[in-house]
Amino acid sequence: MRELIISELTQAVQDLARGFAHYLPRLIVMLILAFVGWLIAYLVKIILRSILRLIKFDRLSENAGASQLLTKAALPSATEMLSRFVFWVTWLGFVLLGISVLGILGLQEQITKFFLFLPHLFVSVLILFFGMLAAGFAARAALLGAVNANVPSPRLLSLAVRSIIMVFVLSIVFEELGLAEQTMLVAFGIAFGALMLGLAIAFGIGGKDLARRFLEEKFVRTRKEQDEDELSPL
Amino acid sequence: MEDGNFLTDDFLRQLINVGEVDILVGLPTHNNAKTVGSIVHTIRTGILRSFPRERAVIINADGGSRDGTPELITGVSIDDVRRDSGVYALRTLHAISTKYASTPQSEVAMRTIMAAAELLRAKACIVISPESESVTPEWISNLVRPVYSGGFDLVSPTYHRHKFDGLLMTNLLYPMVRALYGVRIREAYMPEFGFSGRLGSQFLGQNRWNDGIGENGTELRLTLAAVTGGFRICQSFLGKKDPVEGRAADLVPALRHSVGVLFSALEPDFNAWSTVSGSQEVPSIGTDPELILDPLRVNRKRLRDMFVSGVSELESVFQTILSAATLAELKRIAGLREEEFRYPAELWVRTVYEFAAAYQKSVISRDHIIQALAPLFRGRVFTFVVENRNGSASDVANHIEGLCLEFERLKPYLLEIWKSKQ
Repeated sequence: MRELIISELTQAVQDLARGFAHYLPRLIVMLILAFVGWLIAYLVKIILRSILRLIKFDRLSENAGASQLLTKAALPSATEMLSRFVFWVTWLGFVLLGISVLGILGLQEQITKFFLFLPHLFVSVLILFFGMLAAGFAARAALLGAVNANVPSPRLLSLAVRSIIMVFVLSIVFEELGLAEQTMLVAFGIAFGALMLGLAIAFGIGGKDLARRFLEEKFVRTRKEQDEDELSPL
Repeated sequence: MEDGNFLTDDFLRQLINVGEVDILVGLPTHNNAKTVGSIVHTIRTGILRSFPRERAVIINADGGSRDGTPELITGVSIDDVRRDSGVYALRTLHAISTKYASTPQSEVAMRTIMAAAELLRAKACIVISPESESVTPEWISNLVRPVYSGGFDLVSPTYHRHKFDGLLMTNLLYPMVRALYGVRIREAYMPEFGFSGRLGSQFLGQNRWNDGIGENGTELRLTLAAVTGGFRICQSFLGKKDPVEGRAADLVPALRHSVGVLFSALEPDFNAWSTVSGSQEVPSIGTDPELILDPLRVNRKRLRDMFVSGVSELESVFQTILSAATLAELKRIAGLREEEFRYPAELWVRTVYEFAAAYQKSVISRDHIIQALAPLFRGRVFTFVVENRNGSASDVANHIEGLCLEFERLKPYLLEIWKSKQ
């Protein structure tokens, strides 16, 4: 009986040792991959940060309105955020690569899914950034145009332009990420429709006096204005 | 030398038929049938009267007119001119036209005229605006003669103008060009001007064509190129200049073509202007220009309202362009009652210099920077109109001189913010 127990125990220890011996090189490989990944990710972060500073990415982000959002959320600058994001994604990639070397069943599929998801994540971040940039540019163009044309409520117009573009951008981002596509489609339809209806009602009913005044100012010159001389700037 | 590859074969053939010329008159047009006939008649009369022995040509660079403008130019009979003016030319006076594009592009038109001048080896060239209804035969002579026989390379015009006409010129372009480049050229953005073949060739070869910066500001770029290139410049009095109908409402395009071009030139010209201090008069030919003091009804309330609304609505834009102190001061004056409202010269100069520095640093889209200047300029116009409403010609001239001196005094401030990183 005693011998049987000892034999079983020995067998178990041997199995454990064999299993450990089997996994040890893989574990070491995983740790090496994680370490090398950290080094590469850190290097990528440093290089990316320098490039972003060189191309004045923070200014671009400021123009896009992203910097204001980050400041409000007490987050670091856009350059720092993007550099950190790339660092973590790169390192996480290497760590997952290391874990996949361990050959743990069930995890493999998830890791593959993660790697397949990465391009979508990058594209989404890019779409979001350039979308915000485009929205900021168009909103400012609308604001300046409205102010110089003496159109009433220029900031409202600018906000409407920004909102419409951002709704489009967010719907594309969610579609790219594959998150709740149906829900997003319906939400987008409702949000866009509501926005248009709201604008129509606001302009048609709430702002009818404003609209009339605007149209009058635009197309009907009063007697007083007809008597006034125009100044030529050049 | 410019290769002239962009000129059409047909236009080159016409130029070859003309041969070498002494005088070239450039006429950039686009749907100017209403005015161009009489202008061409006047040009021909001017050449027949003042330069009957010289070989001359009128070059029309047309931007796709659909109202028969080119036909009107090439169709003016020399016999009509002879009959009307009673003078006879000893040489053929050619008039040729080319359509450079189907849409008007002032830069391409000017390039076409300059390339033609170079190919024809013209000694003196002038450009006449097709909208200048007040042009007289004397204008032609006054623009051509300083180049043809006076040895000047650039002839900038001066006019009798109303005291409230060309306020962008008197409140920004003239004082800023004077303070920065050190030359007192009244009309740096010239609707009519003369230039030598030497200057034309140099400009044609060195100018950054198609850079998209100043599609309609070639005239100003030519002035600045003449100044920085050390060419001989003079001002020639032409006469009374009537404002062009319908131009008044076009403030933003006017800012783009003039102030935008000036701001964009400051970066490549930095070495030329940063070392200049003070300013010098340029030689003037003819009568001194006078200010016309006829009463004008100006909508001052609208000017001030647009300034106030601009300062309030564009605060987020101004925060990226202006210093905190300047913006705070603008907000303060925007809150003043109409009778107390003044946009002082010093604040205006600081504003313009900060806009120029922001333009150089591209803090936001450069076009947006120029557009943002429009409401502030309206505030300055309000102040200028109020200050000079009942002023005599000398009062107005003193105000303009005072503004020029302010631009010169604050030039070190521009250099300081120009060099700063932020």
